[in-house]
Amino acid sequence: MSGPSTYVPASGFTKWLDSRLPIIRLAHDSFVAYPTPRNLNYFWTFGAILTFCLITQIVTGVVLAMHYVPHVDHAFASVQRIERDVPFGWLIQNIHSVGASMFFLAVYIHMFRGLYYGSYKAPREVLWILGCVIYLLMVGTAFLGYTLPWGQMSFWGATVITGLIGAVPVVGDGIKTWLMGGGAIDNQTLNRFFSLHYLLPFVIFGVVILHVWALHVTGQNNPTGVEAKSEEDTVPFTPYATVKDVFALSVFLILFAVFVFYMPNALGHADNFIPANPLVTPPEIVPEWYLLPFYAILRAIDFNIGPIDSKLGGVLAMFSAIAVLFVLPWLDTSKVRSMRYRPIARIFFVIFVGVCFTLGWAGGQLPSKAVFQAGDHRATITYVSGGQLNATPVTAADGPGLQTVIMEQSAVLSQDGSIVHAERDSATAARLLTVTGGTTQTVEVAAHEETDLDALINEKRAELFAGGAQLTSTSRHLSYRFTVTNLSQCLTAFYFAFFLIILPLLGLRETPSRVPETVAKSIGKGHSAGPKE
Amino acid sequence: MLRRALIIVAALGLMVGGASLALAAKGKHPHEMEWSWEGPFGTFERADVQRGFAVYKQVCSSCHGLRHLSYRNLGERGGPFVAYESHGEVTLGNHGGHGRMVDPNDNPFVAAIADDSEITIIDPDTGVETTRPGRPSDHFRYPYANEAQGRAANNGAYPPDLSVIESARHYGADYVYALLTGYTGEQKDGKWVNPYMGGGLIAMPPPITDQLAAGFTYDDGTVATREQMAHDVVSFLAWANDPKMELRKQMGLAVMVFLSVLSLLLYASYKQVWRGIKH
Repeated sequence: MSGPSTYVPASGFTKWLDSRLPIIRLAHDSFVAYPTPRNLNYFWTFGAILTFCLITQIVTGVVLAMHYVPHVDHAFASVQRIERDVPFGWLIQNIHSVGASMFFLAVYIHMFRGLYYGSYKAPREVLWILGCVIYLLMVGTAFLGYTLPWGQMSFWGATVITGLIGAVPVVGDGIKTWLMGGGAIDNQTLNRFFSLHYLLPFVIFGVVILHVWALHVTGQNNPTGVEAKSEEDTVPFTPYATVKDVFALSVFLILFAVFVFYMPNALGHADNFIPANPLVTPPEIVPEWYLLPFYAILRAIDFNIGPIDSKLGGVLAMFSAIAVLFVLPWLDTSKVRSMRYRPIARIFFVIFVGVCFTLGWAGGQLPSKAVFQAGDHRATITYVSGGQLNATPVTAADGPGLQTVIMEQSAVLSQDGSIVHAERDSATAARLLTVTGGTTQTVEVAAHEETDLDALINEKRAELFAGGAQLTSTSRHLSYRFTVTNLSQCLTAFYFAFFLIILPLLGLRETPSRVPETVAKSIGKGHSAGPKE
Repeated sequence: MLRRALIIVAALGLMVGGASLALAAKGKHPHEMEWSWEGPFGTFERADVQRGFAVYKQVCSSCHGLRHLSYRNLGERGGPFVAYESHGEVTLGNHGGHGRMVDPNDNPFVAAIADDSEITIIDPDTGVETTRPGRPSDHFRYPYANEAQGRAANNGAYPPDLSVIESARHYGADYVYALLTGYTGEQKDGKWVNPYMGGGLIAMPPPITDQLAAGFTYDDGTVATREQMAHDVVSFLAWANDPKMELRKQMGLAVMVFLSVLSLLLYASYKQVWRGIKH
């Protein structure tokens, strides 16, 4: 793609250097003369934006590390000291914490772009896989970084994530102890998390170099998905791509600055302003927004699959959700790269994006929350008033034995349809209460929430007893609820189906619309019109 | 294309907003109030924060610390007791606008406040614990030597530090105000009924009552009522929570103007460079 180098050293010094270390030639060929498809849209500016994000995180992070104290007794206070007493510490800290979110925002747009325009297909498989590696490293780095302020969410987030690793059979517990540096999350955990949080960004930087190298070997994809072949199809990187990237970066920075200067804590969680306390579990433990979709997938598996229990199943599902991206180049069978010319794939892509967003929403909700409920929960209370109260004593050798006896005897006594109520006197003795004579009546209560229903039942029963009822029996009919977990299960199923079923099959069956022969021919014919071209 | 990119960015933003909204606390939803520091141009009301400090000092500070603040913070730019010197005269606030800000460590108002508090120290000559009057450089006096002492003094409940309390609670200032004024007066299981507290019960007795307010005098002559005192102390805690807020928003405005102009210029450059290039 790049072709022979066009660099011509101008001065004596650059000639001398070029024959010893052609570093200026490398920069010239990579960022000046490098041919760029001329039809790239703004989605292609996120590579430059992400480079900016990485460098910003490293620079601000290095400064923060000069003031941060990685110790369980001092970490929280040292972050407050940075905010309050370090000159411009508030600015640097805000840029770093908001920067993490901006980095993920940019990387998600970058990944969705790659997905839509088929940038993972041959010959760019390695380029795509390197990108997946970078994303995985980003997730690890962000998680480690979130523990450093040592707030409640830091501590409990670390507890949940290390607990997940413990779910892996055989080696899980060993790895968990090794990661935590002991039997529990403590100072040694914070120390190694800090060390790794400082290390990983440089590993990311290294993989980014490989990513850019691979990019310069294959050349950039473009919205048509047709390889740029001739000079007619391309423009030199500088000034054309450079000026467009810098403009897009500037617009991106406006969004960045809105968060940094006007709502620095909007993307965080209030509980992380409470110092970590191993004795108090927060009412809800949630990761930062950018990991919520994966958190929803983790929690969607609340059932055992054969020998795999729900916890391990969740962990496997969550890691598979990222792992599937690595093999995507071989899952998509379509010969057409860009979804611009794949009318059916486009529809599934839009649904897929919606599914990812909805998974993100679901990850932030309580799993038992009803997304949809068929109607009110109801309960029927049957009660007997008047009549004679009888007590049948039963005994057994132990508690479980007593339970069995009560069950058996109650079944006998209730054969005629009368109400039986067991009153336990001790662990081994009970009385079965029944009523002879009297009148049996029923009353119904209904409520939208289960807790409200229980409260109503108790209230009603107290009322009935006060009104002379001898015995009551309650049967609850819970209305059908479609919970957040159910929703997450459907969405998770689609997430995997998209990669494992839809893309492989669709590529074989779909009839693409007409793909232009060259990049140049796609230009000037309403290039955003899509399938009609 | 740019429009489509913006729509996607906006949608991602919505997702973020939705996710954080969903994480609301469990207590009763506090009533939404209007505070002077809200919005991109909002500032602290200096007089409110000063009065709020008086409430904190006389009502809250015996049980609640401000671990992350020092007395000198009160006299820093944006602080409630920042002083300016003009023609040899030191005044609170910058009247006339051309005074020179007094170094917080030399600020006489801050020094007087610090001097009023007893700081526990170890006597370097004897090694015995003793006390001395505070200095502006001291951290705020913490009410307890350790957590165990704090619990022992409060029936087992440890009064939280208030330095970042408005960041540490959903709904921030609205929540703290609602909690302070939300007591029903009833007691249950040795605790106080307060619907804004998660679980509905709080160990802290009503800190600001009508009776307390009736006996409270503000230096500036403002009539102390329960609502006024709650409002003032919430203002003080908002400042204590985020003392750089005014500086941050001022710089934010400059940055927004700069980036907007820069973006326009870059857009013009982009159009110029790509003029005549089919793409």
